[in-house]
Amino acid sequence: MSAKEMIQGEVDTNDVVLFMKGNVQFPQCGFSANVVQILTYLGVEFKDINVLENDELRQGIKDFSAWPTIPQLYVKGEFVGGCDIIREMFETGELKPLLEEKGIALVAQ
Amino acid sequence: MPMAAADIEKLIRESLPDAQVTIQDLRGDGDHYAALVVSSAFEGISRVKQHQMVYAALQGRMGGELHALALQTATPEAD
Repeated sequence: MSAKEMIQGEVDTNDVVLFMKGNVQFPQCGFSANVVQILTYLGVEFKDINVLENDELRQGIKDFSAWPTIPQLYVKGEFVGGCDIIREMFETGELKPLLEEKGIALVAQ
Repeated sequence: MPMAAADIEKLIRESLPDAQVTIQDLRGDGDHYAALVVSSAFEGISRVKQHQMVYAALQGRMGGELHALALQTATPEAD
């Protein structure tokens, strides 16, 4: 299976997917850790995928979204943004409504 | 080979001539920058697309030569 097919499969079958460096327990990059913190704070269930485990995936995800950096957040199959955008949307209060609009359950922390 | 702030600004300006670019070297290592780019070209364009325009201006250096660029984009009146 190609990286593209694998990525498509993941974003189609999981409501919220975070392609990141490391995983939820051990983020291996400050930007990835930042997005994990925001999602955890909002009580969002998400699938974490460690791109460091597979070089083809690490490059494939950048081609898939035409976005040059990691992490990358997908909600209902749609690319929402990288760390800057997720942090900005969180700080301006746009992220929570966006998740709710897309029917993502937020478990109050 | 890290990048100099002036080179980043020059590249962005080549694609976005009216852009006001403010760059901060976060760690003094030429590898971790924060940049605010204000341009009328961003009007009516989603944030993701705005950032993609800046990444395109950097001609593939983002994520490679330039390891980290904390990016913020805005249109002139929103600034």
